Amino acid sequence: MTLAAQWLCGSALLGLPVPSDAAGIVDQFLRVASLRDYNTRVVLLGTTLLGVSAGVVGTFMLLRRRSLMGDVVAHASLPGVALAFIVLEAVSPGMGRSLTALLAGAVLAGFLGILATVAIRRYTRIKEDAALAIVLSVFFGLGIALFTVVQNLPTGNAAGLHHFIYGKAASMVADHVRFIAAASALVLTLCLLFFKEFTVLAFDEQYAAAQGWPVLRLDVLLLALVVGVTVIGLQSVGLLLVVAMLIIPAAAARFWTDRLGWMTMVSGLLGGLGAAAGVAASAIFPRLAAGAVIVLASSFFFLVSMLFGIRRGVLVQAFALRRSRRRVGRHDLLRAMYENVESSVETDGSPEGLDLTAQPVAFDRLLATRSWSAARVRRLLAAAQREGLVTGNASSGYRLTARGAADARRVVRNHRLWEMYLITYADVATSHIDRDADEIEYVLDPDLVAELETALSRRRADLAMPASPHAIQEDSACHG
Amino acid sequence: MIQRSNPEPFTEHPASSPLTIHDMTVAYHRKPVLWDIDYNAPKGRLVAIVGPNGAGKSTLIKAVLDLIPRASGDVKVFGLSYRNQRSRVGYVPQRESVDWDFPVNALDVVAMGLYRKIGWCRPVTAKYRKIALEALDRVGMAGFARRQISQLSGGQQQRVFLARALVQDADLYLMDEPFTGVDAATERAIVAILRNLRDTGKTALVVHHDLQTVPEYFDHVMLLNMRLVATGPVQEVFTPENLRKTYGGKLALLDRVGHQMTLSGGGQ
Repeated sequence: MTLAAQWLCGSALLGLPVPSDAAGIVDQFLRVASLRDYNTRVVLLGTTLLGVSAGVVGTFMLLRRRSLMGDVVAHASLPGVALAFIVLEAVSPGMGRSLTALLAGAVLAGFLGILATVAIRRYTRIKEDAALAIVLSVFFGLGIALFTVVQNLPTGNAAGLHHFIYGKAASMVADHVRFIAAASALVLTLCLLFFKEFTVLAFDEQYAAAQGWPVLRLDVLLLALVVGVTVIGLQSVGLLLVVAMLIIPAAAARFWTDRLGWMTMVSGLLGGLGAAAGVAASAIFPRLAAGAVIVLASSFFFLVSMLFGIRRGVLVQAFALRRSRRRVGRHDLLRAMYENVESSVETDGSPEGLDLTAQPVAFDRLLATRSWSAARVRRLLAAAQREGLVTGNASSGYRLTARGAADARRVVRNHRLWEMYLITYADVATSHIDRDADEIEYVLDPDLVAELETALSRRRADLAMPASPHAIQEDSACHG
Repeated sequence: MIQRSNPEPFTEHPASSPLTIHDMTVAYHRKPVLWDIDYNAPKGRLVAIVGPNGAGKSTLIKAVLDLIPRASGDVKVFGLSYRNQRSRVGYVPQRESVDWDFPVNALDVVAMGLYRKIGWCRPVTAKYRKIALEALDRVGMAGFARRQISQLSGGQQQRVFLARALVQDADLYLMDEPFTGVDAATERAIVAILRNLRDTGKTALVVHHDLQTVPEYFDHVMLLNMRLVATGPVQEVFTPENLRKTYGGKLALLDRVGHQMTLSGGGQ
């Protein structure tokens, strides 16, 4: 008998008739959707609760960069289950099926796995990822070896053990759900109570320690929650996939929010939804294993979040990038217009004295200002005309509108202040320079901006002309 | 070899010194990185901790805060061990020590400085958020309270860290390179805050990299290179002679050993 066969046999779910045609599937769908069957209700409720608590605990694991810890716990629990079975069968044959005892074995072995990982990382020079890989595979290998022993035991009937590997939500009974509900309630309560403590632990462990928080004990508590969720999850999704319930909802939630409180709630919600969707789908299509469908449903939510998440979703970022490119183009054009007018008109040197709307700028002049292609200049001009910043045409030249002039003044001022900033504070880390910001004041402090303005006007007075590195040189003669 | 300043007139009984380090040695992986540090911090003074990379400046602060074990020696904060005086010590870690992509805003980070006061398992209430906001205001960041921390500039992030320590209203502040990678406005803001702390009788030990600004910003200096080279008022101790001893040049035997140890990975 192979594992796969075991798993397929086990998936005649919920004791429902297997639908053979479309009508059957619809009927099945209605049965599941209306929660008519007691069994469906039980399994759905239990798995959803599990999904919620896994999502919540997973948030902290993700932020603590311990994503794979759940995987270690899950794999490490396998030899625990097998050993518990062997010991129980040895003590009193037939006892080995006691779920409580098997789960206790899983908990112990899961903790051992964590301890082993921590010990390897701490006392050797092996890095965390290698330590995780070693512990995970060694414990899993041991578990598989022990399973072989179990299968050859004379007392036999070790069939149910395989459900720990692939999971079998359908085998849940009301007792299990009560257990899961109680455990999930405990997990959620602890997360709520220690929200503040887990936050500081995940954000800044050293600071937390300096403040006197018992960092080690908090860590152990957090890992205990992971062990708890994992062991409960073994039953329904199996040890291979339980890590997905811990991490995928949390990773998905991060796309939607920048606040930890919301992230935790969204993660719990997505975890619950994914679990419920998985169980429902496997109830409608009984050949689907619940565990796999839960992971697939969660992945679907992850994909949706990644694309459409309002904080860091791909689309939002692509949109922001497009907008920023457009703005850069617009700013470049406005600046080119400004500088062309500025260099061809006699002024008193103050930007206020410059009438930007009077003087047309020829297309060729704009083309010569930057390394733009003619097509790009045309595109920029067309966009600026649509936005009402520029008027005119190729033959008469282009002129800034009143609005365009105001924008151009602002853009040029920001640009020159940033340049002044770079010249004055060239030694400073450049990470906070944001030339794209609408106003320099958004990024730099007002007193610093004032200082830059003073420096800029002083320099301008020295040069007796508005200085810009991009100023058109051929016309500077008129400034005498 | 270790110079000490003359006892200053207002020096109190050592028991009330903000920070007393006695014979402290710290080792990483069995290699000592700090040897026999003996130090008495002057009350109400700004002290720069200065020394080359790998001199053990951060290690000194972390060892004082019990973040890394001491191989020997002891530390007293206002006459008691640090574990009994935590609320009186404000710690500003290096900015690079945390993940700024973490899903919290500036106010959340500052509120962390109040977590101990709030106590186990209690939420951050409006009352504490108000205190945190006031601390943000002190560092000129009140307008950024709701910003996600990754959207702050390096200098602004540093000021958030500073506010997190200020909110504690501590008596002794330990700051690890608060001036690194910040803009001029932030630098001025930090200096103003440090002076304000000093004027209210607080003490600050600040790991500082820019030798040029030491005399301008600080009253006292601690020159460190795995051992204490010199300590005392800036005008007495911050001399070319002492700086040579700290940074090498004509290396004393100890420096050479220290340098070797740094090269072999013993430094922090």
